[in-house]
Amino acid sequence: MVDLSVDLGGGRRLPNPLMTASGCAANGRELHRFFDVAELGAFVTKSVMADPRSGRGTPRMAETPSGMLNSIGLQGPGIDVFVDEDLPWLQSVGARVLPSIAGSSSTEYAHVAATLRASRAFDAVVGVEVNISCPNVANRGLVFACDPMASAKVIALVREQLPRDIPVFAKLSPDVTDITAIAAACVKAGADGLTMINTLLGMVIDTDRMRPQLGGVTGGLSGPGIRPVAVRAIWQVRQAMFDGRIPTVPIIGVGGVRTGRDALELVAAGASAIQVGTVVFNDPSAPVRVLRELCELLESKGYAHFTDAVAVAHGR
Amino acid sequence: MSEATLRARVAQEVAEVIATRRVGAYQHLTVVAPGVAELARPGQFVALAVGGETSGTLLRRSFSIHKVSPSGTYGGTVEIVVSAVGSGTQWIVDRAPHDTIDVVGPLGKAFPLPTDPVACVLVGGGYGSAPLFWLARDLRERGCHVEMVLGAASEDRLFGVVEARRSSDGVTVTTDDGSAGQQGWVSDVLPEIITRTKAGVVYGCGPMGMLHSITQVAEAHGAVAQVAVEESMACGVGVCMTCVMPVVGADGTTRMVRSCVEGPVFRGDRVRWDAFDGGHARVPDDAVGAPKVGGH
Repeated sequence: MVDLSVDLGGGRRLPNPLMTASGCAANGRELHRFFDVAELGAFVTKSVMADPRSGRGTPRMAETPSGMLNSIGLQGPGIDVFVDEDLPWLQSVGARVLPSIAGSSSTEYAHVAATLRASRAFDAVVGVEVNISCPNVANRGLVFACDPMASAKVIALVREQLPRDIPVFAKLSPDVTDITAIAAACVKAGADGLTMINTLLGMVIDTDRMRPQLGGVTGGLSGPGIRPVAVRAIWQVRQAMFDGRIPTVPIIGVGGVRTGRDALELVAAGASAIQVGTVVFNDPSAPVRVLRELCELLESKGYAHFTDAVAVAHGR
Repeated sequence: MSEATLRARVAQEVAEVIATRRVGAYQHLTVVAPGVAELARPGQFVALAVGGETSGTLLRRSFSIHKVSPSGTYGGTVEIVVSAVGSGTQWIVDRAPHDTIDVVGPLGKAFPLPTDPVACVLVGGGYGSAPLFWLARDLRERGCHVEMVLGAASEDRLFGVVEARRSSDGVTVTTDDGSAGQQGWVSDVLPEIITRTKAGVVYGCGPMGMLHSITQVAEAHGAVAQVAVEESMACGVGVCMTCVMPVVGADGTTRMVRSCVEGPVFRGDRVRWDAFDGGHARVPDDAVGAPKVGGH
């Protein structure tokens, strides 16, 4: 039996490296009908902001080859409802939770983090993912993760609000010239880890109506079609860590993982944990299936520990 | 949304196709899915994966359940009616007997049934009539007088006229081109039927424009409309947030709600029809968390 446990910081070992991806699993109840969400290494919730948010109008999605575009617009209940209802529910079923937080200003991120810390179910939190890279904001220029300074400011403010034993993960966008520069700025500002990658900005035109298909015009591209982009981004950042250009921190790999083999690909590129996102729409039990497949694959390759496979493709 | 909705049981099954036949412009499929068949109620739907495990078409296609037979010869079966409108639905239509399809269901809320035996009118647009026949049987078992109205653009786009005659106490057919029944729209014949039968509830399933007009006619004649919407969905299970629409809650406040878990059946007068326009649904300014200046 392969030892799947992994330490992503904070001194708390997760039993396995499999997670949901933010925005692809709601806040737990829906998928709990298909599998026990406590079986996952961690459950990553939908990005929550300070106030309730309606999201955008519809249509909100367009199917693409091996993927989809979404234009949800960070619909959510707001942090107060999240800590009163969603987080306690996840705690009640024994889930380890990696809440994803978002904001339209760095102070909003800090407020959301502070509210999270002060909440009664905070014990269930094993880390916080900071979504600085959602492309579905009114002004594309507002994406913090396109600017090292803006990214660093958000991460530093969030880091201040949370106890030291709660690792902070910066979720990065691949839509940048040099992702290692953003990664370095985030780690320098206090990020304990990185989540890579968020969706890529894309667009589809409805040629029947000759107009943009999405109500929000542009959207985030996800699914197996973007997996090579995730592998590349993880590889580049991990290589920068090997080269000493970025302090070594855990990378949570996300982007187009459909099978255990896909997960292993991201792991070999340098990911210490794996999130399963869009494929959940195809197979609601995908996270536990991918975990099972990954475990079988590691076993067949003779690995005793999952962590032995992390970043092994470097230098080969 | 209520806890009961989310706790509602759901099955994911690799279902074998045991029968498939052409019905007018549509394909009627019967699949073996005992888990779904055992749990389903009229108005609920199933979400079908397209193209097998390695398919590049990831998003599920959702169909309202036409019929279930929990203890058939082959084990429990589920029947759906499919209109091939794109490559995904075409793949489903092309399945032959003994092929398999990954099915998740039953999903969403069923049609609420009246506690008293009031008269009901069931209105189906095109193959939107698919879920109405077993609803009709359930209503008649409760002593309700049931009439059905089936409308479509043309005769080949009607579904279930013969079955409607078996399932109800009266059937009215309309087509836009007059190729079957009365020429016109369902809303042309609905006022007379509600008035004559003193109907308390009008159930509808079909395109959004039709559901809007059913709601208006029902309201004008003192009946409650219960409509099953057809919004495009990526997952069908409540996690993707793409199938939202603006609906007024019991507290009088408008929210963008998921039609897959809080619907697909809504009380017609709760839907913010004013927000729908040409394939778009905008967020009403008074909705919870609506965009401020600058948008989302």
